Amino acid sequence: MVPGLIDVHVHLREPGFEYKETIETGSQSAAKGGFTTICCMPNTKPVIDNEIMVEYIKLKAEREACVHVLPIGSITKNQAGEELANIGKMAEVGICGISEDGKSVENAGLMKKAMLYAKMFELPILDHCEDLNLVGGGSMNAGDTAALLGLKGIPVEAEEVMIARDILLAESTGVHLHLCHVSTKGSLDFIRLAKQRGISVSAEVCPHHFALTEEAVDGYDANTKMSPPLRSKEDVEAMKQGLKEGIIDIIATDHAPHHVDEKNCEYEKAANGIVGLETAVPLGITELVEPGILTPMQWVEKMSTNPAKLLNIKKGTLQEDRIADITIIDPKQEYEIDVYSFASKSKNSPFHGRKVRGKVLYTIVDGKIVVDQGELV
Amino acid sequence: MWSKKDLLGIRNLSKEEIQIILELAKEKKAQMQKPLRRKHECVLYNMITLFYENSTRTKMSFTLAGKYLGMQVSDLGVQTSSVNKGESLIDTGFTLDQMGVDVIAIRHSMTGAPHLLAKNMKASVINAGDGTNEHPTQALLDMFTILEKKNQIENLKVAIVGDIAHSRVARSNIFGLTKMGAKVVLGGPPTLVPSSMKSLGAEIAKDIPTAIQEADVIMGLRIQKERQKGGLFPDLREYAHCFGIHKELLALAKPDVLIMHPGPVNRGVELTTEIIDGEHSVIYDQVENGVAIRMAILHLLTEGRKNYENFDQTRIYYRSFYQERRDMRYFNQEWQNSSCTTTNIF
Ligand SMILES: [Zn+2]
Repeated sequence: MVPGLIDVHVHLREPGFEYKETIETGSQSAAKGGFTTICCMPNTKPVIDNEIMVEYIKLKAEREACVHVLPIGSITKNQAGEELANIGKMAEVGICGISEDGKSVENAGLMKKAMLYAKMFELPILDHCEDLNLVGGGSMNAGDTAALLGLKGIPVEAEEVMIARDILLAESTGVHLHLCHVSTKGSLDFIRLAKQRGISVSAEVCPHHFALTEEAVDGYDANTKMSPPLRSKEDVEAMKQGLKEGIIDIIATDHAPHHVDEKNCEYEKAANGIVGLETAVPLGITELVEPGILTPMQWVEKMSTNPAKLLNIKKGTLQEDRIADITIIDPKQEYEIDVYSFASKSKNSPFHGRKVRGKVLYTIVDGKIVVDQGELV
Repeated sequence: MWSKKDLLGIRNLSKEEIQIILELAKEKKAQMQKPLRRKHECVLYNMITLFYENSTRTKMSFTLAGKYLGMQVSDLGVQTSSVNKGESLIDTGFTLDQMGVDVIAIRHSMTGAPHLLAKNMKASVINAGDGTNEHPTQALLDMFTILEKKNQIENLKVAIVGDIAHSRVARSNIFGLTKMGAKVVLGGPPTLVPSSMKSLGAEIAKDIPTAIQEADVIMGLRIQKERQKGGLFPDLREYAHCFGIHKELLALAKPDVLIMHPGPVNRGVELTTEIIDGEHSVIYDQVENGVAIRMAILHLLTEGRKNYENFDQTRIYYRSFYQERRDMRYFNQEWQNSSCTTTNIF
């Protein structure tokens, strides 16, 4: 029995891309995966960049979601990187942070202003770090595997340059900077340094970045395509080390549903991202807890306690006076991941058929059982 | 018997399989130029050329190779077809499959496109060039040409010069030549010669003279003017000066060096006219050998298709198209993974 899991990085796709996922199906997927609170990214259509959109998401979630949904607002209007979004107005009706996820704010000057502004409202910045000029149209990690497969590579610097830039900006503005889906060894070095210097930063890693290497791309299955891309063995080892050392505070899924037609096509043309809500628990237990990289308690901290701290919400611990968000997991149950059993509308996962341990048996939200014996109520 | 369903790249061919193809191509070359000697060995089969990128030369080479073997060859004009209306690659594949096509030769601007088709189709797929990945028939015809002129590939030094980063010809040749025991040395501007190519078994020379020093074969690659815009080299004038092959440079190579180029050549850029038309050049032999190699491949693949009959017999039991496709993908995987090891099959 653990405090309800919290995922700070989810794409619910509604409004605009209901054929991939909706607030209803996304929250069901979360519940089945053991999450009781999820934060949804603003790269919808239209973008969540004003208070009306935030209200809409909250209303929809109240009506249709079976877990708590906390909206994240965008940093700039329409995520166009030109003018600040209505951050203050959104803060008033309730967002848990701001993010440009899907891309970076390219203009460093604007990013700095956004940080100064967000600090006033005590909002963390959830930062997707990617320099598109360095990505240069690549579709997998640059290196020997890309050379072998003949795919254009994305160098690690594409991520690290932005991580370094935004750490410096965070130091100067004092905002809390949360670095999303960190995937390279070099990024970790910058984050370690930032923490040593007392800068207010935190970092998350996605299960696929500690459970898969770039070698999975062989065969051109587009379910191995994501941003940032799957990295080298050394990077994967570094992620595990970073989790162990506590440089990485949070495990987040970057749940990114896509329709089968957007994945069953030419690799370079395929959409970025995979669904992750229903595989996070077994991957964490199989890859981190069982090999002894994290103790069960440390793993719970990264799946619930630390996310709650980042969002500044009263969750993430089991206490008498708290809301009853609880997840019950059988850590020993062994099974094969089956994408067709997912509650998510999309099945784009590279983990189909993988043998894992750890099954979510019950998810309790606000004292109400929403998942019973592993099935939605 | 040949057992691979598709020809997707040199990377997944064994040395023995390459030898089988080169051996058979010798036989085909003797037939192709003499109409009375052509045996219409593949008369039962048909082929479609599906070119998403223009390449008159390669397409014509495939077409003639098929026709010399008696195949029915048609071209799916990508520019005028439903592809232009936004039909997906897989849907195009399904449609052609249902019409009973046996072999597809595909050229596509994206890496892995032929692999996607191969996985999803009953037809045998030949990769006629995919993105920045492979161009296996070109590498095979290059190896055939080297073998024809030098009687060996093993222990030769082959210098490949130019835009390695974007060249599927270079990559297929690196896979093939290193498998056959040659030493491959790459030369060109550092922006176009990624250091990761070393992991494929090639050496990277510090400059062009080092690359062609004592070379048995020099392969020039076509430089595309568009790369200039990406900041990969300043302009063609400077490229020709710093990286082009001219007569003085040639003196560094072995006296009987072969000059090759996959074409079309930019005269005066990658190679000077003097060299293109000179005594070392085998550029036109390459064109002829291309047809012979493609005949050999078509012959082998159509022979391998007898495997498919095992699957086809079960067809009648399928209730739906999609159910059949699912099983076929599994079948294709098994088929593709099987490999041919015996050399004496003819
Ligand atoms: Zn992101």
